[in-house]
Amino acid sequence: MDKTMPDDISLEALIAGDRAEFARLVDMYSGSIYRLGLRMLGSPQDAEDVLQNTFINVLTHIQNFEGRSSLATWLYRIAANEALMLIRKKKPEVNLEDVEGGDEDEDLKPTQFVDWSGLPEDELLSGEGKSILDAAIQTLPESLRIVFLLRDVEGLSIRETAEALHLTETNVKTRLLRARMALREGLSTYYGERFIREE
Amino acid sequence: MNEHAHMNCDELLGSLSAYIDGDLSPELCQELEKHLAGCDNCRVVLNTTKRTIDLVQTPLEKPDLPDDVRERLFKRLNLDRYLTQKPG
Repeated sequence: MDKTMPDDISLEALIAGDRAEFARLVDMYSGSIYRLGLRMLGSPQDAEDVLQNTFINVLTHIQNFEGRSSLATWLYRIAANEALMLIRKKKPEVNLEDVEGGDEDEDLKPTQFVDWSGLPEDELLSGEGKSILDAAIQTLPESLRIVFLLRDVEGLSIRETAEALHLTETNVKTRLLRARMALREGLSTYYGERFIREE
Repeated sequence: MNEHAHMNCDELLGSLSAYIDGDLSPELCQELEKHLAGCDNCRVVLNTTKRTIDLVQTPLEKPDLPDDVRERLFKRLNLDRYLTQKPG
């Protein structure tokens, strides 16, 4: 059963209403959930709503947690639902479902072939570089962004991401590839232009 | 089984994520690496995709929860008395 528990959180204690244990769970996941909300909604206030509603839901429903997924995946599922519900409410025009089909595969094709991968991390993540990366993440369509954030930023497995988002693993893999390609392309466009300027 | 013997750039692209995640079969890995050895562009795409993923996993991209947000969260959840216990 340990596999279902993040670190040494006790599900029995949580179900029994142990407040100290719940506080530990909150501290363990609130950073991740807030970041997820912030990057999905783009506003600190909305991110805080996602965060608070997630843990209120956890508190309300922990009795019903059956352990079919890990507690962490269950938490991310609640958080993702909260974030997506808020997006539906605030931006009803956003398409959260469909990313497949059509000739969109053309979008996948790389057009930038500058190899910036050898640049040092402090350069890539300082000032302008960091802004470019964060802006590139924000321009991903929401349906791809949430997959990318859970898998590549928060480190869930493909299966856990699929469980958290009620998607098939194939769908997660498709969205992940599209997200990674789009981000890579965005960063490569920026660094390509920069290399040209410096020459 | 040599239908992958001549993997092209499009096929490589389709398998790129799985390759980066270590989810590709040894046979497909071999074919992909064979293609990479002879294709500069695909090598660049692989390197820069891996680097992109590395970057978003750095601590700088995962800032801590702001103190005031944590405080309001704990109050909302009636966990005020645990506020002084620092996370970690």
